[in-house]
Amino acid sequence: MEKAVKKYSPIFVLPTLLAFTIGFIVPFFEGLYLSFCQFTTVKNAKWVGISNYTRVFADEAFLHSFGFTVKYAVVAIVLINVIALGLALLLTRNIKGTNIFRTVFFMPNLIGGIVLGYIWQILINCVLALVGQPLLALNSQAGYWGIIILTAWQQIGYMMIIYIAGLQNVPEDLIEAAQIDGATQWETFWKVKLPMIMSSITVCVFLTLTNSFKLFDQNLALTGGEPNHLTEMLALNIYQTFYARAGLQWKGLGQAKAVLFCLLVVVISFAQLKATRSKEVQQ
Amino acid sequence: MKKAKEKRSNAIWSVILGILSILYMYPIVMILFNSLKDERAISTNTAFQLPTAETFAGLANYVNAINAQGFLKSLGYSLFITVTSVAAILLFCAMCSWYITRVKTKFAQGLYFLFAFSMVVPFQMVMFTLSQTADMLDLNTPWNIWVIYLGFGAGLAVFMFAGFMKSIPLEVEEASMIDGCNPIQTFFMIVMPMLKPTMVSVGILEAMWVWNDYLLPTLVLDIKKYRTIPMLIQYFRGSYGRVEMGPMMACIMLTVIPIVIVYLAGQKHIIKGVAAGAVKG
Repeated sequence: MEKAVKKYSPIFVLPTLLAFTIGFIVPFFEGLYLSFCQFTTVKNAKWVGISNYTRVFADEAFLHSFGFTVKYAVVAIVLINVIALGLALLLTRNIKGTNIFRTVFFMPNLIGGIVLGYIWQILINCVLALVGQPLLALNSQAGYWGIIILTAWQQIGYMMIIYIAGLQNVPEDLIEAAQIDGATQWETFWKVKLPMIMSSITVCVFLTLTNSFKLFDQNLALTGGEPNHLTEMLALNIYQTFYARAGLQWKGLGQAKAVLFCLLVVVISFAQLKATRSKEVQQ
Repeated sequence: MKKAKEKRSNAIWSVILGILSILYMYPIVMILFNSLKDERAISTNTAFQLPTAETFAGLANYVNAINAQGFLKSLGYSLFITVTSVAAILLFCAMCSWYITRVKTKFAQGLYFLFAFSMVVPFQMVMFTLSQTADMLDLNTPWNIWVIYLGFGAGLAVFMFAGFMKSIPLEVEEASMIDGCNPIQTFFMIVMPMLKPTMVSVGILEAMWVWNDYLLPTLVLDIKKYRTIPMLIQYFRGSYGRVEMGPMMACIMLTVIPIVIVYLAGQKHIIKGVAAGAVKG
């Protein structure tokens, strides 16, 4: 059978492979190469060695955006996962209205980042005006918490669904056995349910982590990096380096930043996956 | 005794979650109310008030958004791009995944690894070179941008399809081959029907992504000619000068309402699809 399939391989593989080459493979390696060049379009690239990279580390706005992203990611990951897991525990207890609650909490997910960003920009600015604080464009503290609240609002429902699926897979008799042995609800959660849903936790932490580092639309729409690049995250900083300024030096710098950013996301993803996979319980 | 206590605490939680859900919906409801107000009545001081007889503007903002801002055109582009991209991804990636799981060559394995890797890579890494490549190949119109989406969305789709295909028994396919089907017939008549649930999951996840995607179409399409819905909303705010809040909020609502309708209609599938995607992701 393998032979027969192989004979038809062009039909099966080529369409996807061609698009994948155009959409990913070529741009990826070209990008890697261009990070060592000075250019304004792909065609006028001139090799300049690692000078783009040395300039990345002298770019204070970029270093600040890295710090800001980390500060955001830590709070967002904890907040989203704790609340999502809490909601999932409540929604697996046969509470009246469970279906409605699940529907409501999941809904913001389907609305795109740009639209969500503007919805929250209007709301937050109104609240800030009401309490006499400077608006988002001048208020980096509010911008920071705004991004956290907005992304938490968006992602809690998604993670909640994954946790609910995990909790529903915990065998009923295991929980019953624990209760017969005299375990309290609290103990049942910590010693039975939590170890059993470790794989859901892996997935959710992984998703929130990569989402946090890749965050772009919400950042662009809610604060646009204002004031003075103080609420600019990594992805937005790279975008601005590419497109907000004209000049020979910027595109190469932007591409070098993008390569480092990519490396960072890949390393984090694999490290995180490995770390939590080792804690999972084999079922 | 214990039952009664549990019942009472569940009732209390029910009330708390009820209040929480209302708060959860508030941002959208607030935009809805303000989108119905007269342009002059929209200010930060009155934003939290319901429209009154004086400030109520009916659907004027909506008419403005549809007529003056070209909302329907954007809706059409977004719909077309989403449908073509998702259809292409479902068909071609399913075929490709079948090859990858059934043929055990170095090439197939390497390809699988590359697809998985592409899922992790952030878009910023390729955005500049991708938009230039797209320009060079004339893949920069709504009619053929699906090729780019197929390329960049293949990672997730192949990963999920391949994950499922590994679990279906080979014997079924072998039997159909012995009965005289060639691989193409086997794939479309035997494998495809079995893939249906995974197709739904992949389709939902990819549709959510393409529909809401902002950066890729912005960089690839000519913004003066073609605007998808996220581009239109951003264009509202991004352009300089005074922003007309009324039409903008109407535009936001026009974007949100169809999503909510689709969601309520296909809720079961959407939630299942997300859960299934996550388990493998």
